Amino acid sequence: MDLLNAIVALLNFVVIPATSYGAQLALGALGVTLIYGILRFSNFAHGDTMAFGTAMVILVTWAMQAMGIHLGPLPTALLALPFGIALTAALVLGTDRAVYRFYRRQKAAPVILVIVSMGVMFIMNGVTRFIIGVDEIRFDDGARFLINAGDFKAATGLAEGLAFRSTQALTIVTAVIVVAALFWFLNKTRTGKSMRAYSDNEDLALLSGINPERVVAVTWIIAAGLATIAGTLYGLDKSFKAFNYFQLLLPIFASAIVGGLGSPLGAIAGGFLIAFSEVGFTYAWKKVATYVLPESLAPDGLAQLLSTDYKFAVSFAILIVVLLFKPTGLFKGKSV
Amino acid sequence: MNPRNILLFAFVAALIVIEGMTASWNTALGILNMGLISAILALGVNMQWGYAGLFNVGVVGFVALGGLAPVLVATPPVTEVWTGGGAYRLILGLLFGVAVIALAIALNKRLAGRNRAVALLVVLIGGFFLFRAVFDPAVEVVEAFKPATYSNIGGLGLPVLLAWPVGGILAAGAAWVIGKTALGLRSDYLAIATLGIGEIIIAVMKNEDWLARGVKNVISIPRPVPYEVDLQADPGFVEWAAGFGVDPVTASTIVVKLLYAGLFTVVLLALIWASQMALNSPWGRMMRAIRDNETAAEAMGKDVTRRHLQVFILGSAVCGLAGAMIVTLDSQLTPGTYNPLRFTFLVWVMVIVGGSGNNWGAVLGGFLIWYLWIKVEPWGNQLMDLITSGMAEGALKSHLKDSAAHMRLLTMGLVLLLVLRFSPRGLIPER
Amino acid sequence: MSGKDNPYKDDRGNKDRSITRPGGGEMDFPKKGGSAKPAPGGPFLAAENMTGGYGAADILHDCTLTVDKGQIAVIVGPNGAGKSTAMKAVFGMLALRGGHVKLDGEDITALSPQDRVAKGMGFVPQTNNVFPSMTVEENLEMGAFLRHDDFARTMDQVYDLFPILKDKRRQAAGELSGGQRQQVAVGRALMTQPKLLMLDEPTAGVSPIVMDELFDRIIEVARTGISILMVEQNARQALEIADRGYVLVQGANRYTDTGQALLADPEVRRTFLGG
Ligand SMILES: Nc1ncnc2c1ncn2[C@@H]1O[C@H](COP(=O)(O)OP(=O)(O)O)[C@@H](O)[C@H]1O
Ligand SMILES: [Mg+2]
Repeated sequence: MDLLNAIVALLNFVVIPATSYGAQLALGALGVTLIYGILRFSNFAHGDTMAFGTAMVILVTWAMQAMGIHLGPLPTALLALPFGIALTAALVLGTDRAVYRFYRRQKAAPVILVIVSMGVMFIMNGVTRFIIGVDEIRFDDGARFLINAGDFKAATGLAEGLAFRSTQALTIVTAVIVVAALFWFLNKTRTGKSMRAYSDNEDLALLSGINPERVVAVTWIIAAGLATIAGTLYGLDKSFKAFNYFQLLLPIFASAIVGGLGSPLGAIAGGFLIAFSEVGFTYAWKKVATYVLPESLAPDGLAQLLSTDYKFAVSFAILIVVLLFKPTGLFKGKSV
Repeated sequence: MNPRNILLFAFVAALIVIEGMTASWNTALGILNMGLISAILALGVNMQWGYAGLFNVGVVGFVALGGLAPVLVATPPVTEVWTGGGAYRLILGLLFGVAVIALAIALNKRLAGRNRAVALLVVLIGGFFLFRAVFDPAVEVVEAFKPATYSNIGGLGLPVLLAWPVGGILAAGAAWVIGKTALGLRSDYLAIATLGIGEIIIAVMKNEDWLARGVKNVISIPRPVPYEVDLQADPGFVEWAAGFGVDPVTASTIVVKLLYAGLFTVVLLALIWASQMALNSPWGRMMRAIRDNETAAEAMGKDVTRRHLQVFILGSAVCGLAGAMIVTLDSQLTPGTYNPLRFTFLVWVMVIVGGSGNNWGAVLGGFLIWYLWIKVEPWGNQLMDLITSGMAEGALKSHLKDSAAHMRLLTMGLVLLLVLRFSPRGLIPER
Repeated sequence: MSGKDNPYKDDRGNKDRSITRPGGGEMDFPKKGGSAKPAPGGPFLAAENMTGGYGAADILHDCTLTVDKGQIAVIVGPNGAGKSTAMKAVFGMLALRGGHVKLDGEDITALSPQDRVAKGMGFVPQTNNVFPSMTVEENLEMGAFLRHDDFARTMDQVYDLFPILKDKRRQAAGELSGGQRQQVAVGRALMTQPKLLMLDEPTAGVSPIVMDELFDRIIEVARTGISILMVEQNARQALEIADRGYVLVQGANRYTDTGQALLADPEVRRTFLGG
C-alpha cells in the first residue's frame, strides 16, 4: 500500500486533466446555456463559434509572434485573446443581425431557430476551414510545465511523477476568473440583471422598459467571449482542429442539460461532472490500483472501464440518464 | 402533381442530362444513383420531421448502422473464428449484455426507492464486469485471426439485396432505444440525444474490429449486379456494346450504373407509394392531427408519444435502408467517411429545400441538393481560378486555391438559410 | 399555434416552451414610433371610444374608460368580456382601430408601452407579473429600470406599504405565496412612480383576508394622489372602494356610474353581483 504514490498518480492522470477539461466544457456550456436562457434555442453553431474564435486567436498569435511580441512564460495566445473575442463578437453580432433577428421578430418556433442555427453552423464551419484549413495546429508557446514530472520525482523521491502543464494551470485560472466575472456581471450589474429579468419573463421585461435588442446583443457578445476563451483554452491544452470543435458539441450540450438548461451554475457543475466521468471511465486504473491494493488483488488488465475512443459515450450515457430521470437538470434550469 | 412541380422535376432531370452530355454519362449516372439514395434518405427524414416534427440530428448514425448490414449479411463468414469458438463466445457476451440491461429495466419498473437504486447499481456494475469478462477474451480471439484480411466475424454469405431490409431493421432497433428515452421531451433534447447516438454508432463502427474491421474497412462486398470485368469478358456483351458504337469498358460501367439505378428506382418508388398510402390512411390522418394540435389529440385519447415513436422508428429504418444501399453501391464499408456534415446536415438541407412535410418535395430536394453538392466543388475551383488568375504566385494564391474545397459547406449553409428565410415552405410546399 | 399562416411559427407539433419562460413571450406589441400630442382638458385618464382586437375580429367596441386624479376606477364584467383586453389597449399593447387614449392632458395613442411607462403609467398584468427567479429586491429594481435617479426612497416607500416584502427581500419572488407575489407585482409597478396604476385582477387566487388587505393598500396608494384603474372579479368589494365603476359586456360599456350607485342599482345587482 503506497498511498502517496497513488494520490500523485491520481492527481497526475485524473484530477488535473479532468479539472482543466471540465473548465473548458463549463465555459462552453455557459455560452450554450446563456443563449438558451435569453434566445430560447439550443445553438448548434456554438462548437463552430468556438472553432472560429480560436482560429482568430491563432491568426493574431501568429501575427504577434511574427512581430516578435511574446508574453514571457505565458502563451502569446493569451495576448491575442481580446482580439479574437472582438472578431468573434463582431461575427456573431453580424450573424444575429443578418439571420436570427428576423426569426425573433417573427416569434419563430424554437425548433425553427435550432434549424437556422444548423445553417449558421454549416457556414461558420466553412468559413473557419476557409480561413485556417483543416490541419491540426499547435499554437502554445512559452513555458511548457509549471511542475515537471522529472523535477517532481527528484524533489520528492516518489516513484510517480506529477506533471502540471502550464496550459492546464492557465485553463483553470482563466476559467475561475471568467466565471467569477460572469456571475458578478449577472448578479450585480444593471445590464446583467436585465438579462436575467428578460430570461425570466420576457413580457414583463418589456413592460419594465428593458430593451430586448440590447439584451440579445449583450448575450451574443458574452457568448462569443465564452466560446473564444473556451476554444482557445482547449486548443492550447490539446491542439486546434476544426472538426474536434464540432465534436465537442455533444459533451457541451450534455453539460448544459445535465446542469439544467438556462442555469449558469448548472452549466459549470455539469461541465465538471461530464469531464470527471469521461476521464474516470476512460482512465486505465491499473497504476493507481497497484499502489493501493495488496499485491494479491492487483488487477492483471489495464483496469480501464472504457476505451478512450468511447469517451463521448460517457457524456451520452449521463445525458440519457438525466433525460430519463430529471429532464430539467440537476439545478432547476430556470434562471440565467 | 401540378405543372409547377413537374417542371421542377424536369429541371433537375435536365441538369443531370446536361451533365451527361457535356461531361460524361458516367458521372451523370453517378450523380443519379446517389441522388436516388439521397431522395430515399430525405424521405426518411421527412417522415420524422414533416409528419411528426421530430428533429433527428443523428441521421449519419442510422445510415452507418444500415451500412453494417451488407457486411454482416452478404460477406462470407470467417469460418475459422466460428469453428474456433471465439465468435460464439462473443455473441454470447453480447446477449449477456442485453440481458443485463433488460434485467435493469425490469428492476427499474418493479422496485422503488432505495431498493431500486441499490439493485440497479449491483446489476449494472456487476453485469458490466461479467460482460467484460466474457466479451473481451472473445474479441481478442476474433481480432487476432489474420488481422490483415479479417480480424472480424464476417457475415452470413447471403444475397446482398437481403441486407437492405436488414439495414433498415438495425437502424430501427437503434431508433427504438433512443426514441424510448428522448421522445416526449423538448425537441432540442431529441436533437441532442440523436446527435449523441450518431456519434456513438460511428465510434463503435470505427473501433470494434470484430464487427466490420473498423477503420481497416471492408472491401469487395458482394454486388447485386454483374461486375464490369465479367461483362467485358463476355463476348455477347462486347458485341452488343459494339452495336451502339461504344467501347466495352465504357459500356460496362454505364450498364452497371444503370442496373443500380433501376434497383434504386424500384425502392424509391415503392417507398413513395407506401408513404403516400400511409399519409392518407387513418394512421396518417391521426399523425397530422397530432402534429397540428397535439393537445387536442392528446385530449382525444391518442397516445402521442407512442405515435411519435412509430414514426421515428419508421423514418430511421428508411435511413438505415439507404445506408445499406450506399454500401452496396460502393461495394465497401469505410466507417471513416461517415461525416455528420455530409450525412446528417446535408439531408436536412434536402428536406428543408424540397419542402418539409411533402414526400415529392423531399425527393426533389434529394436530387437537387446532391447535384449541387457534387457540382459546387468544381465550381468553387473554377471561381477560385478566376479570382486568383491575376494574382502573383504566392502563399495567398495557393491558400485560396486550396480553400475552394470548403465552398461546399458554405454554399449548403447559405442555401439552407436562404430557403428558410425566403421560402420557408420549400420548393414543393406541403399544402 | 400550428402556424398555418406563419410558416416560421410552424413548430410541427413540438410544444416547445422554454422552461425558462412559462407562458411568456405572447405579447406582440404594435410597433409604434409615434409621439405624444398635447390635448388639454378632460379627466386624468381618458380612453375614449376604443375599438380593436387581436386579429381581424374586434373585441372592444367603442369602449370608454376614464379616471380622475387620485381616484379609483373599477372595471367589472363577466369572463371574456374584454376587461383585460381593454387594459392592454389603454397600455398600448393592442393596435386600436378607433378611439384614443389621453393621459394628463396629452394624447398618447401613438406611444409604445415603454414610452407610456415613461409618461407615468404603471401596469400589473393579470398573470406572470413577477420575475420568478429574481429576488424581491431585484424585482423592484427592474421596475425602476427606466429611472436614472436614486430610487432608494421609492423602494423604502414600497417596503412601508408592504412590510412583508422587506423581510423577504432576498428571497426569489417565485418562492412567495400568491398574495405576496401580487404585492411584489404591485410594488414593481410603483417603482416607476406612476401617476396612473393599472391593476388586472390583483386579488385573483388570494384568500379573502389577503384580499381585504390588498384593497386597503390600494386605497392607501390612491390617497397619495395616484389614480387607479383596476379590473376585479370580486365585484362587490371592489365597487365599494370605487369612485367610478364600469360594467363591461362583450367589449362595450353596459353601465357606468359611481361605485355606490352601481351597487345600489337593482339591475346591476341582479345580473352581475348575484342578487
Ligand atoms: N392574446 C389573445 N389573442 C386572441 N384573442 C384573445 C387574446 N386574449 C384574449 N382574447 C380573447 O378576447 C376576449 C376577451 O378576453 P379578455 O380580455 O381576456 O377577457 P376578460 O379579461 O374580461 O376575462 C376573449 O374572447 C378571448 O378569447
Ligand atoms: Mg382578464
